[in-house]
Amino acid sequence: MPIDILMPALSPTMEEGKLAKWLKAEGDTVTAGDVIAEIETDKATMEVEAVDEGVLGKILVAEGTEGVKVNEKIAILLAEGEDASAADAAASAPAAKAEAPAPAAPAASAAAPVAAAPVASEPAEDPEVPAGTPMKASTVREALRDAMAEEMRRDGDVFVMGEEVAEYQGAYKITQGLLDEFGAKRVIDTPITEHGFAGLGVGAAMAGLKPIVEFMTFNFAMQAIDHIINSAAKTLYMSGGQMGAPIVFRGPNGAAARVGAQHSQDYASWYAHIPGLKVVQPWSAADAKGLLKAAIRDPNPVIFLENEILYGQSFEIPDVEDFVLPIGKAKIERTGSDVTLVSWGIGMTYTMKAADELAAMGISAEVINLRTIRPLDIDTVLASVRKTGRVVTVEEAYPMCSVSSEIAYQVQEKAFDYLDAPILRVTGKDVPMPYAANLEKLALPNVGEVIDAVKAVTYTA
Amino acid sequence: MGKRQLEMREMAATKRTSSGAGAKADSRSRGAGDNSAPAIADFSKEQELHAYREMLLIRRFEEKAGQLYGMGLIGGFCHLYIGQEAVVVGMQMAKKDGDQMITGYRDHGHMLAMDLDPKGVMAELTGRRGGLSKGKGGSMHMFSKEKHFYGGHGIVGAQVALGTGLGFSNKYRENGNVAMAFFGDGASNQGQVYESFNMAQLWKLPVVYVIENNKYGMGTSVERSSATTDLSQRGASFGIPGEQVDGMDVRAVLAASDRALEHCRSGKGPYILEMVTYRYRGHSMSDPAKYRSKDEVQKMRTEHDPIEQVRKRVLDANWATEEDLKAIDKDVRALVAESAEFAQNDPEPDVSELYTDILL
Repeated sequence: MPIDILMPALSPTMEEGKLAKWLKAEGDTVTAGDVIAEIETDKATMEVEAVDEGVLGKILVAEGTEGVKVNEKIAILLAEGEDASAADAAASAPAAKAEAPAPAAPAASAAAPVAAAPVASEPAEDPEVPAGTPMKASTVREALRDAMAEEMRRDGDVFVMGEEVAEYQGAYKITQGLLDEFGAKRVIDTPITEHGFAGLGVGAAMAGLKPIVEFMTFNFAMQAIDHIINSAAKTLYMSGGQMGAPIVFRGPNGAAARVGAQHSQDYASWYAHIPGLKVVQPWSAADAKGLLKAAIRDPNPVIFLENEILYGQSFEIPDVEDFVLPIGKAKIERTGSDVTLVSWGIGMTYTMKAADELAAMGISAEVINLRTIRPLDIDTVLASVRKTGRVVTVEEAYPMCSVSSEIAYQVQEKAFDYLDAPILRVTGKDVPMPYAANLEKLALPNVGEVIDAVKAVTYTA
Repeated sequence: MGKRQLEMREMAATKRTSSGAGAKADSRSRGAGDNSAPAIADFSKEQELHAYREMLLIRRFEEKAGQLYGMGLIGGFCHLYIGQEAVVVGMQMAKKDGDQMITGYRDHGHMLAMDLDPKGVMAELTGRRGGLSKGKGGSMHMFSKEKHFYGGHGIVGAQVALGTGLGFSNKYRENGNVAMAFFGDGASNQGQVYESFNMAQLWKLPVVYVIENNKYGMGTSVERSSATTDLSQRGASFGIPGEQVDGMDVRAVLAASDRALEHCRSGKGPYILEMVTYRYRGHSMSDPAKYRSKDEVQKMRTEHDPIEQVRKRVLDANWATEEDLKAIDKDVRALVAESAEFAQNDPEPDVSELYTDILL
């Protein structure tokens, strides 16, 4: 019986990769542990080892092929005595399904779309990007790297420090190439001591340098939170305005995929609680680039909350010399008239898909991408609420004392008379993140929940 | 015992020339290896009189602060530096322009030693608009970029990592300055101290870690809180040299500070000075200090007082008369009285200050 060799997943979030190189040819004998191929993900190049013994019967994916999906059949391994015809037969069979069972999540999005007249819900122009600006594709990862590199070229006081940022090129490859360009003085690998290097960074900032402190994830920044809050955020006030800390704390935040409770938490509301901090949570590559450059230039401590799932996603960004976005300004991503969807960070992924499906159902959703959590651009939200009368917020964080809670409070306070329905929020569930695939899916929000919430506030069945 | 340890013992023995502040107060160095400077600096008349005046200013200032606290004019926490004056004054005499200081919450002495205006310090204690932080920081939170004083930090141990960052900035800028990070025996058990030691030695950062061992972390003695009580050796596993210093003798402090600052300035990385000292008052104003005997305190005051030691030497050497010293005392009292006067009459901050200085 020929054995299928499948495209392996090499990280928790990998969905596809490039088959860079075959190290064995058809007809070669393979023993378990032999390196048979090299695979490139957006983060690293990895070797693929054979698990079984046999003869490489047929290569199904040529080297150099990009975008090979995880679990796609890439070769056939023949057992002793089997011939090439068996390989051909195996190649035409479908790959074994190894997917998790579908969760019993509310699946409103799967409901038959109501035949509806087209509605006005369209991608909106970004007022920060003049019409006619040339655009290019960029992943969020590249945008973050480019933002740091540009600011480091511009200002010798800017440096980046953190675990694996230099020689390893970043645990998530965000700092790729920075060591080569800027050297070990400005791209600094730290020991695994979050509390210590966060404090060191704040001290350097008090002395006037402009550190970018990378946390491998914000989950680890809980070890450093005293320095972020007590040392960085409060010193300007406690010194009567004499001494602040121009520092950026950045790194992936929130859930990745299948990494369990201790590595899957969104800290936006924690930091947004603190006067003296700015909190930025970008979604697109343009958000990432424009806002990180602004954060590095900002004289205040800025918490910059990225998301691992978004790192590899590609967006159009302005192809201009110095693209900087203002901190504290939300962006209307889609205009609409029936309901206001407010989201930020990875919550935007569900929100934008929901807006598309809602449009097909005849519901016109206006989508606001907050971009910054603190200071909160409530005015943009209120202007939209006055138009639509309905609000749904979408985020992955826990519901209790969430950013959504704050938005709901401010909207009822400042636009109570404009509301035609209670404000609803779609959030992560109030549980530590489970590991099991089906439970994890249930713990996170989904497009169906967003659509259900919109139906509820628009009183449509 | 290895040869090297024997040598160090001998070296330590030759340094036991100070008057000492108790069993652990002899100046001795271990781990530094090449250390041959004397344990006690030979003070000139000018140095003695300078130290006398500076220490007396801190003493009188703190006594006045205690008095104002008792009158309800100073609120919250107030940690007095009385007894420990020689530590910061000796270091101040050794430092160069541009060297930074950062410390914890027992910070009034450091600010006065760094030449901050006593009026501004006292007005901050009373929470008035002329205070160094406009009345918004209080006793534990004052700063001066101009005078290279980086606080004033209320979280025990935080200043150690922050001070390491100051050292980092010196190395980054190649400005030849050294950061002095002061912390107590209590803070010396905080985890971030060792995270900082590791990075400072790894990257050869110019930081002097000054452990002001006043023998009690609040009400818990060093012996009851620390598995090892020779705090000068807390950097040993990182290879950071350290020495125990008689922190009641300003000459011993200066000599050790010279060695430490020179070590850091020459690019050899951090250095630890354990200043063995004593606080006469409680941990804070609300601490009756019942965890130690009155005799213990009295013995320190009469036998090891840092100011009395200088006074006696100056008089013995005929470098000043009683009258001369009284004149200094009068001068210092006038300065303190003026600061207290200012701190009581200066208005509270304007209410508009509530919402300023949160972000730039």
